[in-house]
Amino acid sequence: MPDVRTHEPDDHDNAYAGLLVNDAHWAFGTDFEDPLAGVDTTVPDGVDPATLATYCLMLGDDALVLSQRLAEWCSNAPDLEEDIALSNIALDLLGQARLLLARAAAADGSQVPTLPDSSPVPDEDRLAFFRDAPQFRNVRLAEVPGGDFAQTVVRILLFSSWRLALLDRLNQSRDAVLAAVAAKAVKELTYHRDFAGRWFLTLARGTDESRRRLVAGLDALWPFWTELFETHDVERAAARSGVGVDPADVAADVEAVLDQVLAASGVERPAQPPHAADHGRDGRTGRDGEHTEALTALLAEMQVVARAHPGGQW
Amino acid sequence: MSALLDRDRMLARAREAASAVVDPELPMLTLADLGVLRDVTVDDDGAVVAAITPTYSGCPAMAAMRDDLVRELRAAGFADARVRVVLEPAWTTDWITPAGRAALAAAGISPPGPAPQRSGPVLLRLTPARRAVRCPLCGSDDVTVGSEFGSTACKALYRCRACLEPFEHVKEI
Repeated sequence: MPDVRTHEPDDHDNAYAGLLVNDAHWAFGTDFEDPLAGVDTTVPDGVDPATLATYCLMLGDDALVLSQRLAEWCSNAPDLEEDIALSNIALDLLGQARLLLARAAAADGSQVPTLPDSSPVPDEDRLAFFRDAPQFRNVRLAEVPGGDFAQTVVRILLFSSWRLALLDRLNQSRDAVLAAVAAKAVKELTYHRDFAGRWFLTLARGTDESRRRLVAGLDALWPFWTELFETHDVERAAARSGVGVDPADVAADVEAVLDQVLAASGVERPAQPPHAADHGRDGRTGRDGEHTEALTALLAEMQVVARAHPGGQW
Repeated sequence: MSALLDRDRMLARAREAASAVVDPELPMLTLADLGVLRDVTVDDDGAVVAAITPTYSGCPAMAAMRDDLVRELRAAGFADARVRVVLEPAWTTDWITPAGRAALAAAGISPPGPAPQRSGPVLLRLTPARRAVRCPLCGSDDVTVGSEFGSTACKALYRCRACLEPFEHVKEI
C-alpha cells in the first residue's frame, strides 16, 4: 500500500511542510480520461444514431447548464453548509452531463464540433465548450438567471422533480449506456429533490420575508414549468424506439410531487398561466435551440478559457 | 511450469497490485475495500485490464484512480495496463467491505448503514434522513446532522452532542 503520509507528524512550524510529499495523489495526469473507456457504445438495433445522440444532448445540456448556474453560488451562498450543498449538486449534474455528452458523441460523431487535428480536446468537451447557444438543447428553466437563494431552491425543486421522474423511467431504456447513466443519476437526484423540498418547506414556514421571497421565486420560474412536459419530435422518436422517455408521460407524477410540497408548505400554485414564457418562431422552445439571452452570457463565461486554448491540455 | 499456472500467478500479482491502490479522497480505503474495483483480468500477452465503477457521476477522483491503478500495475511489472469503466450496476455503499468500514471508523469517519431499498417510485422525504449513526470518536448515539452535503460528494456532516466533536458520515446510496 502506498504511503499516504502528507506531512511530518511533529513538524508544526512550517506551513509549507508536506505540500509536496506524495503528491502523486493529486497529479491528475497530462491527458484526458474517457468517461466511457471500455464501455460498449454500440447503438441498439432499429435506433437512429442521430436521434439517440440529440436526445442525449438534450438531457446532457439540461444538466450542464443548470450545473453552471448553481456553480455561481460557490462562495456566495447564505452559509457554508448551503454553499457546499449547492456545489455538490452542481458537481453531480456536471458528472451526469459529461457522461451524457460522451454518450451523444459516441452515438453520432457528426454532431461533435470540429477542431484542428492536433487538438487533444475530447468529444464531450467539444460539445460543452465549442457549441453556440442555438445548438444547445436544454430547457430554459435551467438557463434563466439565478435569482436569490429562495428562487434557487424553487428551481432545484422543479428541475430535480422532473428529471428524477424522467431518468427513473430511462432506467428501462433499450440503450444500455443511457439506462446505466440514468440509474446512477436517480440516486443523486433523489437527494437533490429532498434538499430542495426541505428548504422549500423551511422558507415557506420561516419568516414573512423568507416566504415572500419563496413565492416570488416560484412566480418568476413558473412560466418555464410547462416547457418541461412538451414533447419534442426528437423525444417522441426516442421514446418510440425504446431508448427515450416522452416527458408528457411523467407530468402527472411530477405534478403530484409538487402538490405534495406545496400542500405541506401552505403555498398556492401561481395564479398566472404556466405557459407564459414566449415561445419562439413556430412554437420553438429550448429543445429546438430557442433560448433566452441569458444562455449566451452563461456560455460566454463557461467557454472562454476552452475557446482561447483549443489545443490546450489540462 | 505450465502456461496456465504462469497466468494464474500473473493474475494474482495483478490483483494484488490493483487491490492495494487507495482512494485519493479516502486514503484509508483501498479501491477494493471501497467496492470501486470490479474486476482485474490478464490476457495471453500479459496485458492487464482493471475495471472500475464511478461512485458518483461527478466524482473527480476517477481520473486519479485511473492514473494510480496504471502506475501501480506498471510498477508491478505490467507494461500494458489499462483501466476500463463499468457503469452497470451502479455503485452502492453496500459494496464497502467490512475491512473498509473498520478503516473508516478508525479514521474518525462514520461508515454507511444499509443502502435504501425501494420498490415503486422514489418517495420525497421532507424530514431529515434518520440514520442509526454513532459518533466514531466517543461512540455516543446522541448525534445531529449538520448538513447532508460535505467535503466530498459521498459524505454528510454530523456533530456529536456528547463529545461535541464534528464528524463525517458516508451517506448510504
